[in-house]
This record gives sequence, C-alpha cells and structure tokens, in this order.
Amino acid sequence: MIPAAFEYHAPKTLRQAVSTLRKYDGEARVLAGGMSLVPMMKLRLANLAAVVDLGRIDGISGIDETAGGLAIGPMTTHYAIESSEAVQRLAPILAETAALIGDVQVRNRGTIGGSVAHADPAADLPAALLALEATFRIAGGARQRTVRADKMFVDAYTSALDEGEIITAVRVPAIAPRTGWSYQKLANRASRFAVVGVAALLITDTEGTCTRVRVAVTGAGPAPIRARATEHYLAGKQVTSESIAKAAVRATNGIEFLGDVHGSPEYREHLTAELTKRALTQASERIG
Amino acid sequence: MKITVTINGSACTDDVEPRTLLVDYIREVRGLTGTHIGCDTSQCGACTVLADGLAVKSCTMFAVQADGATIQTIEGVATDETLHPVQEAFWLEHGLQCGYCTPGMVMTLMQVLERNPNPTEADVRRGIAGNLCRCTGYQNIVASAMRAAETMRGETR
Repeated sequence: MIPAAFEYHAPKTLRQAVSTLRKYDGEARVLAGGMSLVPMMKLRLANLAAVVDLGRIDGISGIDETAGGLAIGPMTTHYAIESSEAVQRLAPILAETAALIGDVQVRNRGTIGGSVAHADPAADLPAALLALEATFRIAGGARQRTVRADKMFVDAYTSALDEGEIITAVRVPAIAPRTGWSYQKLANRASRFAVVGVAALLITDTEGTCTRVRVAVTGAGPAPIRARATEHYLAGKQVTSESIAKAAVRATNGIEFLGDVHGSPEYREHLTAELTKRALTQASERIG
Repeated sequence: MKITVTINGSACTDDVEPRTLLVDYIREVRGLTGTHIGCDTSQCGACTVLADGLAVKSCTMFAVQADGATIQTIEGVATDETLHPVQEAFWLEHGLQCGYCTPGMVMTLMQVLERNPNPTEADVRRGIAGNLCRCTGYQNIVASAMRAAETMRGETR
C-alpha cells in the first residue's frame, strides 16, 4: 500500500517546522515516529498535502533531569524512555508503561510527543502521564503555552493542540518518597494497544493511610481520563484490600464506554474496575 | 528527492518520491528482496531491518526518513560464507518452515540479543512480539534464539 503523493519537509528547527505547518493551513501534519501516521497514510485515512518531519531537528529528543523531575523531548522514543535510568528512578511508572507499548520495532520509532499529539484513545503513555500529572510545553500558537495532562486529551484522536502547534517538551514531576506505582492493561493480542489500561500512583503515610492517589484510565472511553471518584474515595482512608476494592469500582464513573470488536462497553466497564483494583493493589505493595 | 543511504556497507544515492516506503526502496530500487512484505500494515514484522542499529518495520517508514542512515538487511548479516550465529541457529534448530517471516525474525532477534545477551524464553517471546510466523513455528524460533544467544556468549553445546 502506497500513500497518496505528498510534499515532504524536514526542517532543521522547530521555528521552521511551525512556519511550514502554518503555510499549509491544516493540510499538513507533523511526522514524529510515524507509527500511527504512516499506517494512516498508507490506508489513505490521512490524505495530506504535506508532511513536516521533526526527525531532523536537533535537541528535541532526549531526557533531562530537572529540579522537579524530568524534561523529555517530544521525539524521545518509547525505547529511550523504557531504558532510561533517570526515568526508571524518577518516574518508574513511565518506564514500565513505555515497555508495554507495541513491540520492539514500534518502541524503537514511536515517540512520546507523537503518542500524546495523536491522542489514540487506547494509547498507553497518556494514562501514565495523567497519573504523573505531567505538563506539556507547546509552541506554534500566538504564544508558548503549557497544558496540563488532564486538559490535554480532549476526545478520540483529539488533543488540546491547535492547528499548527507542536509539543516541545513533556515535563514529568519526580515521584515523591513512599510512592507506589503500577500500570495494568489488558492488551489487544494483535496490536498490543490497551483494551483498557489503568495507571495508579499511591502514597501512604507510615500508618498506611492514603495521603495522595492518582489513577488514570485509557482505552475505556473516547479519551484517557483521571478516575477522580476513585481518588476522592481513597484519599485519607486506610489502604486495605476492602478500601481498594471500593475505590476501584468508582473508576467507571463518568466514562462513556467504547464498544468494538475487542470488547463491549460492559466488558470495558468490568475491566476498568478490575484493572484499577490490580493497579492500586500492586502500587500499595510497592510503597517503600 | 535525492537520498543517500548506506545499505549493507554500500553507499547508495537514489531519487525517490517522498511517499516511497523504505521497504519498497530496499526491494524495488536496490533489488534486495530478502526483506519481505508480509502484511504491509505494520503488524507482521517480515520487513524488519536495522536502521542505524535499531530494528524497524521498513513498511512503516518513508525512504526519505532514512536519508543519511545506515541500513542492514538480511543480505548483510552473513559474512562471506559464514552465517551469523542467529542464522546458524535457525538452521540447526529448524527455526523456519516456509521461511517467509525468517528475515524479519533474524533482524529483530539480532536487536533483542544485542540488548539482552542472556534472555529467558519469555524475554525472547516478548522480543519477537512484533514478528508473526503464519506457520506458527514459534517453538523452534525461540529455540533458535536461545541457541544463538548461547553461541554469542561463547558457550558451546
């Protein structure tokens, strides 16, 4: 399968990338790792006047430690994230989640910026980024701006990026001491996308009381979402198998469940509660 | 567009359309048909090559993205008449039936074993998650990978 003809641009700077995108007025798209865009172009689900490849821009791939955590370049691959000592130490749930994406070849090419901007409703990284309360630096609009993870994933394949905007950095706060973490997913057997995936970060005090909890669900509905009812229920409570079970069923609140060949809405609803329970359980076991 | 790609040690400069897929460039322009097209939808891994040392599905990359890159295909794996340990192990362990997936399996396993020279069978199975064998000959493919790992570690049977 060969995509329809398009013009190819490989700018050397983000500024050039933005101005090229603008020139095409919505008829061009950014090419990052291409793990979603290239298949879409081959299937002619995306017919573009032009592609703006970020692969030739220096300095937008890599992981830096900052005062508060990590600054990750948008072209950083999933493999770079899963194998990064800094990510494993400061945001281990992100490394663990990245390692469960697709397969070796996909993780070698696919990027964090591409995953976020594409906003596939079943993508893995958004769940971890929501739980970590990551923020995204964005250029290309009237001014640079920062968007919080919980404002980034708007709808299926729709992020908060406006036409012509590009993610320039992903900022991930380091986890606090006594944080447990877990990402649990039921993977589609063929694509390894999440039928449902749940990311959980959990902090308790030395008495076992939950002082902070963040849970996010992907794959269940049109966009990955924080399970705020679960968080509200568990916060301030003793973390036990009973309180986890009661918190987990609340993860389904407010999700408009998808139904497709991989799972009915009822099945995804069941998975959401079950995987939330497993994620919180593993997170609680990892606190230390 | 003019691109220069080093394939199996030879620098090649060619004119390609932006929409030319890397696999079609390798097969149709360079005539290296050892890289197979199985599904053409990024799932089967038969088209896997190493691009700057990274296993990639060459059906999911444009040739222009490989401008300046060093590509290794299955044709560049053996040295003269000497098979690579992964190839040798596929031969000894009957790691192929129809052979269609084999070039992609070999390229992916070279990456997997480079990153993890001492894998478990489970590590190997996870490593080839992006490569499908329609003969379902996975048992012997995994056995081949385990034998190749031993050989590459300098162990003998």
